Amino acid sequence: MEQQKFNFREIQERPDRLAPGHRMCAGCGGTIAVRNVLKALHPGDKAVIGNATGCLEVSTYMYPYTAYEDSYIHSAFENAGATLSGVETAFHVLKKKGKISSDYKFITFGGDGGTYDIGLQSLSGAMERGHDMVYVCYDNGAYMNTGVQRSSATPMYADTTTTPSGRASDGKPQMRKDLAVIMAAHNIPYVAQTTFIGNMKDLYVKSERAIYTPGPAFLNICAPCPRGWKYDTADIMEICRLAVETCYWPLFEVVEGKWILNYKPKKKLPLEDFLVKQGRFKHLFQKGNEHLLEAFQKETDKRWEELLQKCEA
Amino acid sequence: MAIKTRMSGNEAVAHAIKQINPDVMPAFPITPSTEIPQFVASMIANGEIDTEFIPVESEHSAMSATMGASAAGARAITATSSCGLALMWEVLYVAASSRLPIVMALVNRGLTGPLNINAEHSDSMGARDSGWIQIYAENNQEVYDNFLQAHRIAEHKDVHLPVMICQDGFITSHAVENITLWEDEPIKKFVGEYEPEHYLLKEDESMAVGPYAVSNYCMEAKKAQAEAMVRAKQVILDVAKEFEEVTGQKYGFFEEYKLEDAEYAVVAIGSVCGTAKDAVDKLRAEGVKAGLLKVRVFRPFPGEEMAKALKHCKAIAIMDRSESYSGNGGPLGAELTSALYHEKVTAEVVNVMYGLSGRDVRVNDMEEVFGWLAEMAEGKRTFSQYPYLGLREA
Repeated sequence: MEQQKFNFREIQERPDRLAPGHRMCAGCGGTIAVRNVLKALHPGDKAVIGNATGCLEVSTYMYPYTAYEDSYIHSAFENAGATLSGVETAFHVLKKKGKISSDYKFITFGGDGGTYDIGLQSLSGAMERGHDMVYVCYDNGAYMNTGVQRSSATPMYADTTTTPSGRASDGKPQMRKDLAVIMAAHNIPYVAQTTFIGNMKDLYVKSERAIYTPGPAFLNICAPCPRGWKYDTADIMEICRLAVETCYWPLFEVVEGKWILNYKPKKKLPLEDFLVKQGRFKHLFQKGNEHLLEAFQKETDKRWEELLQKCEA
Repeated sequence: MAIKTRMSGNEAVAHAIKQINPDVMPAFPITPSTEIPQFVASMIANGEIDTEFIPVESEHSAMSATMGASAAGARAITATSSCGLALMWEVLYVAASSRLPIVMALVNRGLTGPLNINAEHSDSMGARDSGWIQIYAENNQEVYDNFLQAHRIAEHKDVHLPVMICQDGFITSHAVENITLWEDEPIKKFVGEYEPEHYLLKEDESMAVGPYAVSNYCMEAKKAQAEAMVRAKQVILDVAKEFEEVTGQKYGFFEEYKLEDAEYAVVAIGSVCGTAKDAVDKLRAEGVKAGLLKVRVFRPFPGEEMAKALKHCKAIAIMDRSESYSGNGGPLGAELTSALYHEKVTAEVVNVMYGLSGRDVRVNDMEEVFGWLAEMAEGKRTFSQYPYLGLREA
């Protein structure tokens, strides 16, 4: 794989492949994810972009306008993996038959609803069959497009519209599904987890690696949603930093089965620091709910320790 | 030189696929269509075709991948039956509204409830409003010929709609019968190369497929799609005419069997028409003016043409191999009765439910139906409900 040197300025000066004028919310993490993943396509390289139904789809390709510079396909909610695997296969046949000469990259985006839940089978199938494509999950931890319902990516105790906190409820009772581990268990060449940190180098490097690694790759990007998480729009970078510094959202890669930890905080911050910024966890800070914070911290610690073992870090 | 041989309906479809040499075929096995992807996989393994097979993990993904491949610019096909088609449901509509010229081999089998693997039309009839062209076959020869014509219809600039080529599970798909196969050269020339105008992998332009369309635009898109279905009627006839020039085989919207002067007519779809023809022959020998209208094209629905062909009849039995659970009969019954009304046909009409879940229909069963028609015409029999043919009484 020809990985290019990270040159922040050069990369930021590359023309956006997701054009402005789309209808995503101001400060949406999904849009930041898409713009930056597509920046990792080397200038001049062609791509076909896939998309599961969700906020991103209904806001970036609203007839008769598309925000995408590249060819783009959306068909339904649960089939982004399968749809793009058809496109990728068509590419191989048309190339073999001499009907096209250019090379293409295949990148598909889905939220956590379309990826962790309704689209998991289609994603698993596409990865297992070995299509040369990248599946990018912009994980905002709930079904945001339909109005903040819980998903299997929703963190424990989060207040959502289908797991509301109340006198008889602590919010979502279950822990979050660890999709990156499930994808790594497919033994595909590349799996990575990232978010928006600093100058976006981690996101860029992983996107480039995912796109230019032959075979299937999966990227899981923590992409906060100001409406669902209930924080000030301007705080997104701080929220992401705290997700990483509290080890709620560790940065790691699985390259050809080898687990690599990309960042280990010098001093792990308490989970509270990440939670307190978000309205969806407000109830955890009420008197008498200390045990919930404790339980959530314990679960986060356990997962972090497991990751350290996998990475031998 | 045409080749006279014998094969099953599934083999016939596979032979058509071999001659067409499509680009991509995603499929998931389901009885009784499983053999089709198996045959294709063998042909690929033996280096006989250039097709890429995608062994998807479900029918939903089969239709999704077929859609992706077609949008990308490839000639894409798939095959399924019954619950497989039901699982594709959502994407059937998306594929049709995206105006993708996909061709599907559908081997008709009943939808589950109870689970049964035999011939019934509830799968394709359930999908009758999904925007797909539907062409049905009586036997292996017809399913082969229909499949060879499908791409020409689907890809025509006036149409751009997906096509379902239907045959009856087991009765047609697995029964081995005589067949005439056409030579490769003229067939390849007839089918032609696929040259789409716009597609995802077109190198000098990008395109977007599958938008969110607000109410200001969506209704126009649906009207445009409906008009394409209307235009498909002429294209189906034109393609059939060209196919006749190559093979000598004659096809239209439907076949009229001894219908011209018939007093009593049966209207049916699929393999039962062979049985009905035997009954017609037998009754004709006895001096009864019996006839058959065999529906080949169900979508677009040639209602006006069928009603005109039936106008002179005294009594008509419309046969359905699919329950609508409307309490009012089956889909062919409902749509054809409506067409008869518009043509002011005054014949007695009965909608007959037959062959559900593979229930056998014999020549004497069809004779019984013609007997009902004679009685209806003479005012000696009326049906308060739509009758079930061959139902066990106890």
